[in-house]
This record gives sequence, C-alpha cells and structure tokens, in this order.
Amino acid sequence: MYKVSVLGDRESVLGFKALGFNAVAVDDAETAREKLHELAEEDTAIIYITEQLAVKIKDDIDRYKDDVRPAIILIPGKDGTLGIGMNGVHATVERAVGADILDN
Amino acid sequence: MARLNVNPTRMELKRLKERLKTARRGHKLLKDKRDELMKQFLDIVRENRTLREQVEASLIKAQKGFAVASAVMSHEMLTQALLLPKQSVSVEMNFKNIMSVDVPRYTFHMKTEDASEIFPYSFLHTSGELDDAVQNLSDVTVQMLRLAEVEKSAQLLSQEIEKTRRRVNALEHFMIPQLEETIKYITMKLDENERGNLSRLMKVKDMMIEAQFAGKND
Repeated sequence: MYKVSVLGDRESVLGFKALGFNAVAVDDAETAREKLHELAEEDTAIIYITEQLAVKIKDDIDRYKDDVRPAIILIPGKDGTLGIGMNGVHATVERAVGADILDN
Repeated sequence: MARLNVNPTRMELKRLKERLKTARRGHKLLKDKRDELMKQFLDIVRENRTLREQVEASLIKAQKGFAVASAVMSHEMLTQALLLPKQSVSVEMNFKNIMSVDVPRYTFHMKTEDASEIFPYSFLHTSGELDDAVQNLSDVTVQMLRLAEVEKSAQLLSQEIEKTRRRVNALEHFMIPQLEETIKYITMKLDENERGNLSRLMKVKDMMIEAQFAGKND
C-alpha cells in the first residue's frame, strides 16, 4: 500500500487534506526539495505537486522521470495553471518521436 | 564507412557473415518493436492530453471554490475545519506490461466508503461554499489518479522508445554498413590472393615446360 501525496503551498493543498491525501505544505524551494526526496524514498506512489512549486525544483523532479515510482504529476495551484504540466506532455512526445506531433 | 580492423581470412569471413545475419535480424525485430511501441505510446499520450485538460480545468474550479470559501470564513475556522481528515486514501500499485515496459496501474483505497466522509467537520460552523469546494475536489480525484497512471506510462514508454530508436539507428547506419564493408574487403582480398596464386602456378608450369623443351634440344 502506498500513499498519495500533494505538495504545494498551504492554501493549495488544504483541500486535499480533507479528502485524505497526504498533504504536505511547503513554502520555499529548499524544503520542497527535501520533502520531495523524502516522499520519493518512502512509501509514496504518486506525488502531485503544484506547478508554481514545480518550476523552482524542476531538476529534482526530472530525476524521477525514468523511475516507476514515484509518479510526479503537476497540478495547477491556487493561482491557476502555468501551462508547464501540458508542456511536459509535449516534451514526452518530442522525446519519443523526435518532434512534437500532437495536433493542436 | 570505416571497416573493421581484422585479418582477411576465411575464418574471419565466416564469422563476420554470421554477425551480419544476426545484426539484420536484430534490426528487423527492433524496428518492429519500435513501431508497436510508438503505436501504443500515441494512444496513451492522446489520452494523457485530454485527461490533463479536464483535470486542470476541474482543479482550477475547485481551487476557486476554496478561495471563495476562505473569503466568507475566517482563516482559522477554515484551517481548523480541514485539519483533521476523517478520510484516508492509499493506492495499491500493480504493473501492466506494454511491450516489455512495466507501467504502473493504481487501485484506489479509501479508509471509509461513505461518500459524506470527505467532510471532516460539522456543518454548524462552516459555510456552504466550503462544502461545494470539497465536493468539487473530491469529484476530480478519480480522474487525477488516472492522469497519474497515464502520464507515468507515457514517460516510461517514451524512454523505452528513445532507447529502441537509438539501437535501430545504430544498427542501420553503423553496424550493418560496417560489417558489409568488411565482408567485401575480405572477399576481395581472398579473390586477389586466389588470382595471385593461380598466375604463379601458371608461370611455374610455363617454366617447367620450357625447361623440358630445353632438355630435349640438348
């Protein structure tokens, strides 16, 4: 059995806490980085992270891209989406095919 | 194309021909694997995109709901209401094999099945906006889980495709031409030796006949 975690600023993760997700509120990139690796090493299968936070620790997130666990999924935070989650999908296509062939 | 640095012998030729055969076979198999992976990948990535669009839209809506809720309620009240969840979520992770790539499949487990358990507070001190916001968020969770599954699968598959593509290209544009070149070189060299040998024998024969004639004339 694995946990499902949500990483983001306090207001963005508050709602997920009510649903029973493992909500982790972090404010700065440094703690976010620490928490991310901590969760990845522990028993977390999926880490949802707000885009606002994800931009700051992109390198650390990319490190887990080729691992089966954890799956790190970007979600829009309380300030809406930055579009980087969708960019990630296009980047995946580009990596596999060599060009972004997803029709808009 | 640079040829391999080998001795031009029959032994070597036989060995290289065997290697070329294996390389051609491997190339064909890997090419098939790449094509099938690509097919699967495109299906998954298309689903990934639509799912992400939906999830993002729903989440933004839910987050807005929370913003409204925090506007009508005091900050302390809101935090207090959501601080101690009754519900608890965990996932079970299984694997599905797509073209020898293990992709995760998640199964959701809630601590309690009761749908109303997502509200960890009594309704007395909280506003209706909060209820809506929590409900909205709860409605997205199944899709979010599916998104995690699909997005991870797409990432893992793209890694495998990249790897396979590199191998196919290496075989097609490097290994196979190199082997062909070397085989050609050895064949030419062996033929050349054969011709050299033959002309030497003919020369020797001529000399022997000449020597015989010379003996008769004496």
